[in-house]
Amino acid sequence: MREITAAQITEVVARLCIEANEHLPEDVKCAIKNCRACEDWETAQGVLDKIIENFEIADANNVPICQDTGMACVFLEIGQDVHITGGNLTDAINEGVRRGYAEGYLRKSVVADPVRRGNTGDNTPAMIYTEIVPGEEIKITVGPKGFGSENMSAIRMFKPSAGLQGIKDFIIETVEAAGPNPCPPMVVGVGIGGTFDKAALLAKKALMRPLDSSNPDPFYADLEVEMLEKINQLGIGPQGFGGKTTAIGLNIETLPTHIAGMPCAININCHVTRHKTEVI
Amino acid sequence: MERHITLPLTEELAKTLHAGDSVYLTGTIYTSRDAGHKRMCEALARGEKLPFDPKDATIYYVGPTPAKPGQVIGSAGPTTSGRMDAYAPTMMSVGARGMIGKGARLPEVVGAMKKYSGVYFGAIGGAGALLAKCIKKCELIAYEDLGAEALRELYVEDMPLVVIIDSEGNNLYEDGRKAYLEKCSEKK
Repeated sequence: MREITAAQITEVVARLCIEANEHLPEDVKCAIKNCRACEDWETAQGVLDKIIENFEIADANNVPICQDTGMACVFLEIGQDVHITGGNLTDAINEGVRRGYAEGYLRKSVVADPVRRGNTGDNTPAMIYTEIVPGEEIKITVGPKGFGSENMSAIRMFKPSAGLQGIKDFIIETVEAAGPNPCPPMVVGVGIGGTFDKAALLAKKALMRPLDSSNPDPFYADLEVEMLEKINQLGIGPQGFGGKTTAIGLNIETLPTHIAGMPCAININCHVTRHKTEVI
Repeated sequence: MERHITLPLTEELAKTLHAGDSVYLTGTIYTSRDAGHKRMCEALARGEKLPFDPKDATIYYVGPTPAKPGQVIGSAGPTTSGRMDAYAPTMMSVGARGMIGKGARLPEVVGAMKKYSGVYFGAIGGAGALLAKCIKKCELIAYEDLGAEALRELYVEDMPLVVIIDSEGNNLYEDGRKAYLEKCSEKK
């Protein structure tokens, strides 16, 4: 049994909130640059150049890449041989978010009630996703999620007879409906299977997976490539001004599901697909 | 076409701008998002004045990050304009002509733009660090309690924008995509 203090968790979460918001992951930068190299529409080239300039300014000056510094989505893989001491986990994470968003001059974008609104003033509470895994470490990933893209996401409970074609059509339909709103070029996270809620979680997790990785199952790896190609034939382009680069990546995650169903969730992200991980 | 323009956005100037024009904007603009628009429209309904003179004004749909010490403003890219669609026709009816944001608008907004010679500019969504560099002055003018959503007066220099919808209702989201796809089919 290894002891990890609540204070350690707070400190790591605070740091990850700031770093994730200021520095885009290398795989995302590479994907944007590769798309710029392949883009043949002049307006689109100009937009992609400005997007590259933007993340370079954020890197150099340690400022947020985007003003929507998101809801703090915090993913934890907690080793089952870890004992957290000196406070409770939820409070420790929220204190980390509170500190990170204050010290990093990040925007506070959370309201206390979905209907009655009212900004909480410190960007808490975080959206916390925990998983118990073997081992004696805690892996923490902070993925600040902007809502311009979150709002364009969708979920559907398919009949199994809809098959693969149903999933393909749903992906295209969702990207088409999103159009210029989620700040394309976008990243598309697809979750297939599980239950209603698990499909949505898979879609969010898909956004956290590096863009230069593939689903380990060749069937879904091929589907990732095929659907990204299809999306980039829609012509929406960067910012929706027209062009090839509508999406810079598409990741699919799956789970077994019920004999009667085929849930599919699509979580849309913008080109500022931010996440940062640390292991304690 | 590339244009350098200076505000205010008079009717005369608005009519020279066309969907697809690349524009570098200089002058005073005002920031507001959903919560601020809601309050402004409620104030107008009560017959009250707005916190700024709306005549020929341009509103930037943005909620910036807080300024770090020594900064004029934090990162300041556009938010999704569609959330302001419920309020934009009212704002145009009292003279606010320019809108800066990103994303699609409802036909009602385009209708009001044709009626009042409005212009909808797009700033690059997600490019908050880059756009902040064009903002030379920032002053909070109303609704401080709304935090990032408070009303601010900004002075911008050569802010890089694209005309998405012009005062005749031409729309770059439709025309730009169509032109690109036509070029693709010509190649085949």
